Amino acid sequence: MSAVVTRSTPASRVAMVLGLVALVVLAAAPWWAGRADMRLMGEIYLYLSLACLWNLMAGYAGLVSVGQQAYVGFGGYMLFALTVFAGLNPVVAILAGGLLAAALSVPIATLIFRLKGAYFAIGTWVVAEVFRLSFAQIQALGGGSGSSLPVAVVKELGAKKAAREANAYWLALGAAVVVLASVYLFLRSRRGLALTAIRDSETAASGLGIDIWRTKLEVYVVTSAFTAIIGGLIFLQKLRISPDAAFSVNDWTAFVIFIVVIGGIGTLEGPIIGTLLFFALREVLADFGTIYLMVLGLVAIVVMLKAPKGVWGLIRERYDLELFPLSYRVKGKE
Amino acid sequence: MIEWTGAIVQGVLLGGLYALFAAGLSLIFGVMRLVNIAHGDLIILAAYMGLTTTVMLGVHPFLALLIVMPLMAGLGYALQRGVLNQTLGDDILPPLLVTFGLSVIIQNALLEFYTADPRKLPGGAVETASLDLGGITVGVLPLLTFGIAVAVIAGLQFVFYRTSLGRGFRAVSDNQDIAQLMGLNKAHVFGLAMALALAVVAIAGILLGMRTSFDPAIGGGRLIFGFEAVIIGGLGNLWGTLAGGVILGVAQTLGAKIDPGYQILAGHIAFLIVLAVRPNGLFPRVEH
Repeated sequence: MSAVVTRSTPASRVAMVLGLVALVVLAAAPWWAGRADMRLMGEIYLYLSLACLWNLMAGYAGLVSVGQQAYVGFGGYMLFALTVFAGLNPVVAILAGGLLAAALSVPIATLIFRLKGAYFAIGTWVVAEVFRLSFAQIQALGGGSGSSLPVAVVKELGAKKAAREANAYWLALGAAVVVLASVYLFLRSRRGLALTAIRDSETAASGLGIDIWRTKLEVYVVTSAFTAIIGGLIFLQKLRISPDAAFSVNDWTAFVIFIVVIGGIGTLEGPIIGTLLFFALREVLADFGTIYLMVLGLVAIVVMLKAPKGVWGLIRERYDLELFPLSYRVKGKE
Repeated sequence: MIEWTGAIVQGVLLGGLYALFAAGLSLIFGVMRLVNIAHGDLIILAAYMGLTTTVMLGVHPFLALLIVMPLMAGLGYALQRGVLNQTLGDDILPPLLVTFGLSVIIQNALLEFYTADPRKLPGGAVETASLDLGGITVGVLPLLTFGIAVAVIAGLQFVFYRTSLGRGFRAVSDNQDIAQLMGLNKAHVFGLAMALALAVVAIAGILLGMRTSFDPAIGGGRLIFGFEAVIIGGLGNLWGTLAGGVILGVAQTLGAKIDPGYQILAGHIAFLIVLAVRPNGLFPRVEH
């Protein structure tokens, strides 16, 4: 009897096919969905992306940040600054914002990586506050009250309203696909393996010759760049930016953390489930405002205490499912 | 020149308030390595409890402390034993995310009960009274706040190093398992530490509420100030925390002197500079 080691399973192959079908259906949304639905779906894709990125940092690299709103807001502001002052096309401006965020994240990382664990978390928050207060000082971008994206810039995305909305929708969908695929491929790569080793035991990982600091830095820089790009897309949908909205800890970090924790931290499927649950809960409870947020906080606490691997963790434990084949399985062959 | 000296004196006194924000944070980190993200929201909760007490009983905020302090301490003990003890362990995620959830719950509960309108505690005459110290006018309330901060830190220091309770704190801090073997109930000790921390939070909340107006959303900012004071001063050193608060306060008032928009930013930048130059803070506890 011999054994084979595989990564894919029947479930993962089925999920792959269903995922591709769903992608085709979703890509065709401008032809079958209403405007409000498209907006909502665009928002879902962007939150899904933020959740995947935060999950990569916190769930895999052990970098629990409560300051990712720094990069969301930065990306948003770069969209406004680079289109208005440098005359760039909005899409180019958003991508350039990602590159600038990557460049900026290196010195920031060297500073806040000195803080460990929970202190790192609050350190990232301080950085986000520095971003917020600094952008509030820039009068050319509207200072504390913010500014709107000029009509001429908005028109570059499409002359007609329907075309603009479709383009914004596809950009959001494309971003989510790129983020999900990148995180998946990264985790399957050699570096992803190193990262998973660090997640499981830093001591053992460093004993195997993995440069922990460097691996974490890479994750931080890449997630920051992607987060800024998502931020640009978020404010391309909103068309208006202000320091408080751009660097909101509730909107861009609290919600994202709840999504990941409820869905299942440290898995790729978790953020997807979490995003769907989050929006379902929001549609039901949105009218209750503050109560909704309290329920969300409570659910996150209960999940963390009773089922720390989240909803997906429960499913996985029970059915041994894995939709994104990341782990290795040994199968006996007769 | 006298203006700048005045700003520095104001900053030092403001630092007393920040040290009070920080003392509870520092205490629980020292005892159980827990960083409570909801710390700032608990300060605001205490301020609102002070408001309700002063309004309902018609007493001065200082007298309200007699009610708010035991309530907060009881809440701390219950919170620690009911929820937070379950999160302690090698993994840093559970305490972080649970206290983060707690922060959102407290913030929105306050919003629900008290609305988003800014409120203030009626301090009466002490709010406006001032002393003239050689050309520099100093408010009595800030001076009192600073004095209370020094007294609180001296008191915590005394509890920590001179009482059997403090011996328990230090024992579980050094080695939880051995402390447990020696007959300490660590769940209870942690509960007492949180109770003490939230009693200090009650003082901080009342003084904050008399000094400035507050609303449910400002908790996060207070957490950050406290955290900055702890890191500037050096982890595990209570007097260092006071020094950290003072440095933060002075940076803020000097920043505000240049431009009111720079007040908070200057404090954050001072913190980042300290982090860059002295990552362990200015007065780290000497490791034995």
